[in-house]
Amino acid sequence: MFYRTSGQFKTTYESDQALFPIKQDMILLAVILAAMYVVFPMFASEFTFKALLVPVLIYSLASLGLNILTGFAGQLSLGTAGFMGVGAYACYKITSIFPEMNVVVALFLSGFFSAAVGVAFGLPSLRIKGFYLAIATLASQFFLVWLFEKWAWLYNYNASGAIEVRTMDIFGLVVTGPNASPVVQYYFVLGIVSVVTFAMINLTRGRYGRTWKAVRDMDIAAELVGINLMRAKLSAFAVSSYIVGIAGALMVFFWKGAAEPNLFDIPMSFQIVFIAIIGGLGSVMGNFLGAILIVALPVVLNLLPGMLGLNIGSATMEHVNVMVVGSLIILFLIVEPHGLARFWALIREKLIIWPFPH
Amino acid sequence: METLYSVFIDPFVQMGQMPDFFMQVLWEGLVSGVLYALIALGFVLIFKSSRIFNFAQGIMVVFAALSLVGLHGFLMPVVGNEFVAAAIAMPLTLGIMYALAMSVERVVLRPLVGQPDIILFMATIGITMFLIGFGEFVFGGENKVMITEALGIPTGAIEFEPFGGFLLLEEKDVFAVVMAIVLVVSLLVFLNKSAMGRAIRALGDDHQAALSVGISLSTIWVLVWFIAGVIALATGIVWGARAGVSFALEVIAYKALPVLMLGGLESVSGAIIGGIAIGLLEKLFEIYWGQPLFGGNTETWFAFIFALIVLLFRPQGLFGEKIIERV
Repeated sequence: MFYRTSGQFKTTYESDQALFPIKQDMILLAVILAAMYVVFPMFASEFTFKALLVPVLIYSLASLGLNILTGFAGQLSLGTAGFMGVGAYACYKITSIFPEMNVVVALFLSGFFSAAVGVAFGLPSLRIKGFYLAIATLASQFFLVWLFEKWAWLYNYNASGAIEVRTMDIFGLVVTGPNASPVVQYYFVLGIVSVVTFAMINLTRGRYGRTWKAVRDMDIAAELVGINLMRAKLSAFAVSSYIVGIAGALMVFFWKGAAEPNLFDIPMSFQIVFIAIIGGLGSVMGNFLGAILIVALPVVLNLLPGMLGLNIGSATMEHVNVMVVGSLIILFLIVEPHGLARFWALIREKLIIWPFPH
Repeated sequence: METLYSVFIDPFVQMGQMPDFFMQVLWEGLVSGVLYALIALGFVLIFKSSRIFNFAQGIMVVFAALSLVGLHGFLMPVVGNEFVAAAIAMPLTLGIMYALAMSVERVVLRPLVGQPDIILFMATIGITMFLIGFGEFVFGGENKVMITEALGIPTGAIEFEPFGGFLLLEEKDVFAVVMAIVLVVSLLVFLNKSAMGRAIRALGDDHQAALSVGISLSTIWVLVWFIAGVIALATGIVWGARAGVSFALEVIAYKALPVLMLGGLESVSGAIIGGIAIGLLEKLFEIYWGQPLFGGNTETWFAFIFALIVLLFRPQGLFGEKIIERV
């Protein structure tokens, strides 16, 4: 009914390959964007911004970065949080060396540092495959977190060993630091995430995206049809780490406000891998669905006993929380190994032919 | 020049000057290496028989140790005697590990048969999280002390005086090494001599062929996960005796991963040799290079970087099966 495609004829290849082959998709996206840009900021409370909206966006972005590497180029990485850390620390150093620089420029510059580190740690992917590579990426994870702790220059020789974001403004509008209003930060994160996502949708549809997919499906076959494996894999590592680095910088500058090295430790890497897998590997939209599930679920689970009038200690709640998330992950993998994005694809197909079964 | 000296000459001079300290370092490295090897062995068994990269192995170590200590704690007020309590808690813990193996096979593996490797890998991370939550929920999240005495593990220390120096071997470390050797030998005998062991190896060679001669996949999987659970319990006991029982032990699970890279995912002997090699090298590196040159705490990453470098030259690990790729 809502998704009837009758009357939408495709007369050229361009229209068949368009970003929105069906008009309703475009309308749906417009509704979602309107909700994100207009409706949420009007009604959301400070808590909602800090605990739900901003984290979901940032984790989506990080997961998108990982998905470029794992979902599109087929290189399993478990070191995402380390690269987020590189982005965050690079951004911190850039803003403290050039205090006058616009924070958005610093943000996009810091991505290049994480991209460089990502390429360096991506080099083994030319020799190593599968789980061996996954473990190899853990090397970057442990090494980088250790580096954040030991290299005092990175955190400006702070006594605390942590990085703290000072108050910065853009054209008089305070965007970072303790005085920034959550709405402003939300708009910043939303804007950056929108831009990067749009760029990635197009990148994955284009020449690079197709190259990566060929490498993912079978790298030897891809090599035989003339794809330069080295370039394909390393470009995937570079783009992926770039996005992940930006996500890390966003996380510290626009959400947490401060970071210790162990923030970027292995649990966060796994959380992002979960988001990518639950959302759906090889899908851009899946990252957002996965992030909504993985980030929002614990928050909701924490609120649940209070709503039901149960009195459970917070420590117990924490344990139950971990248990429930673990079981849900297994459940989701069993029900739909291709992730939430596939769910949506199935629903959409059903909607298009509805009310007919075929 | 100064740096070159401190990298290439100084450490060896120190080793030569204090041979007793050097031997102490070697011993410490050997003990942790043996434990890494045990955890890696659990990984290898499961990987060989089911192609599942079982990330939960490390958590199974903690979970097993936690169950043992927790059950012992529950039983103490009932029985009154700590040795009796330990004697009851031990088989109960083994029962829990068996129940865990059964439920993992039933609930997780069976519905996921034939899915891509990464999905199964993710599922084992799901198991990891579940076990963390479950263990903390049932037995509490605080640090616990391993019931060393109740289990009859010796706690004294043996002293030697080699080269006029001083060498201290803790008896529980000796116990750990001896137990690891016994465990590995009996496992090898089991794998090579018993019918079940042959079935496990057959599954490792070729799933389809093994199925076609009537080997039951689910029985073997339960068995393999149970063996992994027993290994986890043994590791948990000795590691818990050294460092206490808490989920911080989880980090040793990560240490087993470079061991796997080094030894190869399918090789039992690779896991053992790789484990010992990593244990020795990371200790030596930490003491003689890490602390003077890098500010210490290099143990978190050294094993990974080392394995990575080895892998650049041998992509399938030192003992892994040669990777042959066809299109």
